[in-house]
Amino acid sequence: MSNKESTSRTLFVALAVSLVASVFVAGSAVALKPVQIENRLLDKQRSILAIAGLGDDLSSAEVKELFKTRIKARVVDLTTGEYNDSLDPVTFDPLKAARDPKTSTALKGSEDLALIKRREQFTTVYMVEQGGQLESLILPVRGYGLWSTLHGFLAVKPDLNTVVGLGFYQHAETPGLGGEVDNPKWKGLWPGKTLFDDSGKPIIKIVKGGVDPASPEAGHQVDALAGATLTSNGVDRLMQFWLGEQGFGPYLAKLRQQGA
Amino acid sequence: MSKHTAKEVLLNPVFANNPIGLQILGICSALAVTSNLKTALVMSIALTLVTGFSNLFIAAIRAQIPGSIRMIVQMVIIASLVIVVDQVLRAFAYSLAKQLSVFVGLIITNCIVMGRAEAFAMQNPPWISFLDGIGNGLGYSAMLITLGVFRELFGAGKLMGIEILPLAKDGGWYVPNGMLLLPPSAFFLIGLIIWALRTWRVEQKEKPAFRMANQVVDKEAY
Repeated sequence: MSNKESTSRTLFVALAVSLVASVFVAGSAVALKPVQIENRLLDKQRSILAIAGLGDDLSSAEVKELFKTRIKARVVDLTTGEYNDSLDPVTFDPLKAARDPKTSTALKGSEDLALIKRREQFTTVYMVEQGGQLESLILPVRGYGLWSTLHGFLAVKPDLNTVVGLGFYQHAETPGLGGEVDNPKWKGLWPGKTLFDDSGKPIIKIVKGGVDPASPEAGHQVDALAGATLTSNGVDRLMQFWLGEQGFGPYLAKLRQQGA
Repeated sequence: MSKHTAKEVLLNPVFANNPIGLQILGICSALAVTSNLKTALVMSIALTLVTGFSNLFIAAIRAQIPGSIRMIVQMVIIASLVIVVDQVLRAFAYSLAKQLSVFVGLIITNCIVMGRAEAFAMQNPPWISFLDGIGNGLGYSAMLITLGVFRELFGAGKLMGIEILPLAKDGGWYVPNGMLLLPPSAFFLIGLIIWALRTWRVEQKEKPAFRMANQVVDKEAY
């Protein structure tokens, strides 16, 4: 063989090492993919259950069991507000749909309150049921904060007006400041707040400087995060967006009609 | 080479030649992942495995690696191992992988791994190199675990998420020091540990780079 430092030898070693390494990496990625996908799904389901108040820190088996017995998922057409049962809520991925021009609509500047650029036509909502009776409705929400898109869920009571909980399962806001959206204390401010005024317009608001409990508006005001104006604004805007006409407005209107 | 014994390469890096304590390498991740013991443990295991196996593979092909591309070959091997570790963590410890986020990927740039590959594995046979990698990983682990125990216990009153010191806000007596949960506290702790280590083992003290001379001119400086 030629000497160790020759060009051909160098090329050969580089190629051989790359080849072996790529087989290793690709092999592990492919072999472990199914487990990882299941983990991601479980993680999402776990956050749905936590927001619905069905328990924190559940084991995988508990999550699966609770999800099967208590939660019903359905796909909703956001434009018309009708259910679309031709799409399977388990495999349908609203975030993927939002990236595809065929299954989403671009939002114009003034409409795009949550700064998400495109809104999917269909999305998945989750219903927590107890003995066939709706206990709470869980809507996926997302919007841009300071650094990242916050992905989360909003749970409302069957009156479609009172908050059961709000939580984000994915974001990359500043730890300690905007990252406090995950703080149980702050999340604890949400339950019981009302979302809409009498005419059905979203009225929930994040206010700076504390909520005065004596004020008549206190029922739909939430204290902003200290030191995280932009994250707070982001959460405020994403609530306006997803509760408004571009978001779940038509769907909630339909549900109200059926309930009345 | 006969000058390295298995025991020596395994245990020396723990106290006598600690990669964090003496060589001051791998500080970044030591600050970031030690706010609780669980992530510190997982990170320790991940880094120990990567250092061990990268040393093993690099030592196994060290005679074939041309000098001109040796760094790149080392990086390819290290990076592949790290990706495999990351994939395994995502598959079997998803929530921990989420907490460690980018730091598992950053093992690639951890100076300890690269340093051992270049300084040891390139000159020594595979088995002893493997042990050297594991040994250095243990040195790193010892430091991380010390930090993790201290920070979680006194910062949150817990260990591995289990309450040890009952917190005052839940009716106990312990008021946690929240600063310990923030990265800078690990800096102070590492500094204190290095101080303790060098007081115990005086040979680790570095000679001062220079000494201030006595004043020899009989007037004020101006």
